[in-house]
Amino acid sequence: MPEPAPDRGKGDPHAVLRFIVRRLLQLVPILLGLSVLLFAWLRALPGGPAQAALGERATPEAIARYNELFGLDQPIWVQYLRFLGRAVQLDFGTSSRTGRTVTTEFLERMPGTVELTLFAMVFAVGVGIPLGYLAARKHGNWLDSTAVVGSLLGVAIPVFFLAYLLRLLFAVELGWLPGSGRQEVRIDATHITNFYVLDGLLTREWDAAWDALLHLVLPGLALGTIPLAIIVRITRASVLDVVNEDYVRTANAKGLSADTVRRRHVIRNALLPVSTTIGLQTGLLLSGAVLTESVFAFGGIGSAIYDAIFTRDFAVLQGFILMLAVIYVLVNLLVDISYGLLDPRVRVR
Amino acid sequence: MTAVGDVRRRRIDELAARAGQVPEGEGGVSLTTSAFRRLRRNPVAILGAVIVLVFLVVAAFAPWLAPRDPLAQTLLSEVRPGFIPGPQEGFPLGADQLGRDLLSRLVYGSRQSLLIGVVSTVLGAVVGMALGVLAGAFGGWVDTVVMRAVDILLSIPSLLMAISISVLLGQNQYALMIAIAVTQVPVFARLLRGSMLAQRGNDYVLAARALGVRKGRIVFGHVLPNSLSPVIVQATLSLATAIIEAAALSFLGLGDPDVARPEWGAMLSTAQSFLSVRPALAVWPALCIIVVALGFTLLGESLREALDPKFRR
Repeated sequence: MPEPAPDRGKGDPHAVLRFIVRRLLQLVPILLGLSVLLFAWLRALPGGPAQAALGERATPEAIARYNELFGLDQPIWVQYLRFLGRAVQLDFGTSSRTGRTVTTEFLERMPGTVELTLFAMVFAVGVGIPLGYLAARKHGNWLDSTAVVGSLLGVAIPVFFLAYLLRLLFAVELGWLPGSGRQEVRIDATHITNFYVLDGLLTREWDAAWDALLHLVLPGLALGTIPLAIIVRITRASVLDVVNEDYVRTANAKGLSADTVRRRHVIRNALLPVSTTIGLQTGLLLSGAVLTESVFAFGGIGSAIYDAIFTRDFAVLQGFILMLAVIYVLVNLLVDISYGLLDPRVRVR
Repeated sequence: MTAVGDVRRRRIDELAARAGQVPEGEGGVSLTTSAFRRLRRNPVAILGAVIVLVFLVVAAFAPWLAPRDPLAQTLLSEVRPGFIPGPQEGFPLGADQLGRDLLSRLVYGSRQSLLIGVVSTVLGAVVGMALGVLAGAFGGWVDTVVMRAVDILLSIPSLLMAISISVLLGQNQYALMIAIAVTQVPVFARLLRGSMLAQRGNDYVLAARALGVRKGRIVFGHVLPNSLSPVIVQATLSLATAIIEAAALSFLGLGDPDVARPEWGAMLSTAQSFLSVRPALAVWPALCIIVVALGFTLLGESLREALDPKFRR
């Protein structure tokens, strides 16, 4: 086409930038609100923050000392500002279980959860999009019905039960895959980044990398089921929607080959809502693998939260939940921005 | 107006916006009547409704349907390490790890599980709707404040939120219900507000205003009843999530510790320890949860279709 597309945000060269900045600014009240909520939560806990930080068996003297040290005898707004100040510096105190700082624990465990999330999402996307697309193209036949029923089941099944089933079948009974941990203990691998698969590749310890990868399979499959079910459903619905759009009819009418129409008009447009779903689910998995990780004793963020619940390790709970919520919010923001970049209609609104 | 978590909220808003549209050619028949008509013709809806109905009946008549006392440890003497009695005369599904009849526990469990689902959903819906009406009816700064608070709540992943509330309130059935309800509140609030905003531009509102009807009456007598359909859809779907979430919290040790009330989620989590001895102990409660969740989901999805003018056939 010789003519340039009419004014696609061309009138304002900084439209995209301004869109992003606006979204970033909108983060501020959300994050402040979150901090108030968690501050209130910690205050409302039985025993208060001192007990939360020192554990349930803390002596009254220790609690008094702690209260003085952290200014808990000060007015509430002073306390909140101090809390906020520490939170900004990522200082959430120490774990009453391990005695190490919450942030250290978090940083050490996050890579595992990230690896697991990536594996689960690759599985969910890799299977989900083709399946959803095929189901839509064969609308009404057995494949379609199976995909629909499967996607409903995938959401209805309690994820920890599925995890247990997978573990029982493939790890305990058949012994095909490892059923717990992130790596075989016997393997004496070097860990540079704590991303075990990546570490293995970096240090050229191929069997360590392979072993870490195998450890991802079962929890990854369990974790990926819900996103898989959702992606299948969204892809199918979205393709069915797009196929009936005017521009697809136009594309067909002007004599484009069925293949071109499919590639250029149907799939591209249909994937738009799917891409946001993928982003959202990634955010959810990063923050919520508590159930799956604990079944497989995976040793990521989820297992840590599980342990923290049972040992009433409030410092860890509070710090982890705040950091996870921030990550969740940031991932959501990224999804939002990318949606704005992919679909100009959203940006101008 | 838009901020973080935009996509999650956009989905809620889309559902809300559809409430404002009236299907063409269906004037004269109320939306409820026409929706019910469409629902009755949908086999998926019938299936969902039948599933839900069966479980409701089981829950209601549990004492008459259960063959035995769900708490009596009748077969305890036969339980040995590595062995739990299977199906036999008088125990169609066998016993659990304490020698109690599994079938009776499942039957009684339906009461507690459905109760948790219903109470937490109703609680979440009522509080959420109150906030939604507040924001939708008053607008202005009330709207801003309420919706900002709702956005903050939506920015916390729901399981993490349920965990935090549970830890705070301690372990009992009410804490469990409240924890689940809290995760539902922001969804309902945003949904109803959006739905009410979509109604506001309709002619009947204008007509009522022109006739001099008081604002309170317009809101509660006209706008609110017409804004309810997405809320009903969401509530049906939420029943499924609530039951699954209750099971998850049980699994995390945040469930109801009272052994006198059998509950599927708790049964399922306990059974995980005996999975290699007798998988059926886990499979049955899991199956109950899956089927009932599926029932609510099917019903909810077909309700959505029936109430959505876009899907009208």
